[in-house]
Amino acid sequence: MDVEQTALPGIGLRHDFTTRAGRRIGIVSYRTGRRDLVVYDPEDPDRVSETVKLNDEEADALVELLGAPRIVARLNALHREVEGLVSIKAPVSPHWDGRPMGEAQIRTLTGASIVAVIRSSQVHTSPPPDFVLAGQDIVVVVGSPETTEAAAEILAGG
Amino acid sequence: MHEIGIIFLELGGIILGLGVIGSFAMRAGISPIPLYLMAGLAFGHGGIVPLSTSEEFIHTASEIGVILLLLTLGLEYNADELVTSLKGNARGGIVDLVLNAAPGAIVALLLGWGPVAAVAMAGVTYATSSGITAKVLSDLGWVGNRETPVVLSLLVFEDLTMALYLPILTAILAGVSFAAGAVTVAIALATVSVVLLVSLKFGRVIEAFVRSPNPEVLLLKVFGLTLLVAGIAQELQVSAAVGAFLVGIALSGEIAHEAMALLAPLRDLFAAMFFVFFGLNTDPATILPMAGVAVALAVISIITKLVTGHYAAKRAGIGKAGRARAGIAIVPRGEFNIVIAGLAVAAGAHPDLGPLAAGYVLILAAFGPLAARLLQSAISALADHPEEKLIAALKLRRNSAPER
Repeated sequence: MDVEQTALPGIGLRHDFTTRAGRRIGIVSYRTGRRDLVVYDPEDPDRVSETVKLNDEEADALVELLGAPRIVARLNALHREVEGLVSIKAPVSPHWDGRPMGEAQIRTLTGASIVAVIRSSQVHTSPPPDFVLAGQDIVVVVGSPETTEAAAEILAGG
Repeated sequence: MHEIGIIFLELGGIILGLGVIGSFAMRAGISPIPLYLMAGLAFGHGGIVPLSTSEEFIHTASEIGVILLLLTLGLEYNADELVTSLKGNARGGIVDLVLNAAPGAIVALLLGWGPVAAVAMAGVTYATSSGITAKVLSDLGWVGNRETPVVLSLLVFEDLTMALYLPILTAILAGVSFAAGAVTVAIALATVSVVLLVSLKFGRVIEAFVRSPNPEVLLLKVFGLTLLVAGIAQELQVSAAVGAFLVGIALSGEIAHEAMALLAPLRDLFAAMFFVFFGLNTDPATILPMAGVAVALAVISIITKLVTGHYAAKRAGIGKAGRARAGIAIVPRGEFNIVIAGLAVAAGAHPDLGPLAAGYVLILAAFGPLAARLLQSAISALADHPEEKLIAALKLRRNSAPER
């Protein structure tokens, strides 16, 4: 994807790009600080068919809405890049159904840490030792390749 | 004391009248410039109410109006933008200059006004009103359009040309000998280059001098500096307007925005006085005989600007509809055409030049933005419709594909 930057003498800057689906969108940044979100007409790709004026607060809100999930994904990718540190998603066997997480003694036995539990697409971050596990849970474990594998074995077994 | 009372009465009447006229213009969505001109025509020489006492003040105010118009124009751009646009769009700019200066010059020569008036009329038909065009772009939501950078760079090129043209015009109007004229032009060229260089390299030094956290101090410093430089330029016969323009260019960045915000109301007031003064000095009875010429010149100018916009936009790879929009956006004429005509009239050019310029600008300042608004949907019909083309191409392929 190429973002095109064009100077608008006396006005400011325009950035625009074409989406994979073929729509062209852009941002006109005025020197005064005003920003316009512009959408180009599919019939006439030179023409702006919609202009949405945004103030600072609205622009920030839009950035947050559009950018937040991507930031999380990129953080995860970054973690993965730290040498020797891996995070895996380990399924929980029926053996642990209804038992508190502390009973598995993952950190004591393996050295790996449980950072989150995913239950029916909901994420519970930093679960305490008394967090009660369920049969369908997926546990996110962080550690070295060996320790996380050992942790996964414990969670899968009984 | 009695006189002061009369001056206040006359000024108050005029300014209040302009305010009322301006609100009509805003409601109708047109530029107030033609209406200000008409207000000026209604007063003064040959008008309904001749002004006696306040004319001298209005004259000085109108000169300050010209300086403020050019200062704020210079503030819009910084030296970087001027240089980049000169490099990238010189060809479109030259086509603009040749196509649009020619009609005015030719008409002046055909009317037998002589070469001096021809140079002035060339300027009258050449310059697009960047103020009106900027308003058209923002009112119609064209700022983000892909042809807009083309339009803006044409305007930048025109403004830079003005910085060279105004001193030349001033020298020619002063009737100086060729040698003296050449010296003036050389001084002007050198001044423009030096200012561009200084603001590119040492812009921060000037800004550090002018900078102030207090808006009042900033206003006084910028305005005072501009008047000083304009005065020096005028004494060097380079034209006060050019001096003001160069001060505007030298100031850039944050300080330019602040100065712009402070000066805009001042400019609006004095520029309105300038249009009124031009109208005051034009006898409405003299416009009528020139009306036919003004209309013909306006029609030709519309065509030449459309061709210019079309050419420049096509070079930038813009589609048919965008080319038409680029052309129509640069049709409006306004403040600078009157500034040029005002200089010529003050220097005693042909008596019909003022009325012709007034009629011409009245037509194009009013009609330009209106045409852009009315033709908007017609222009969209010109669009290349890439989706329809694609569908047509797919259909064609399907039809021509061999049967299985």
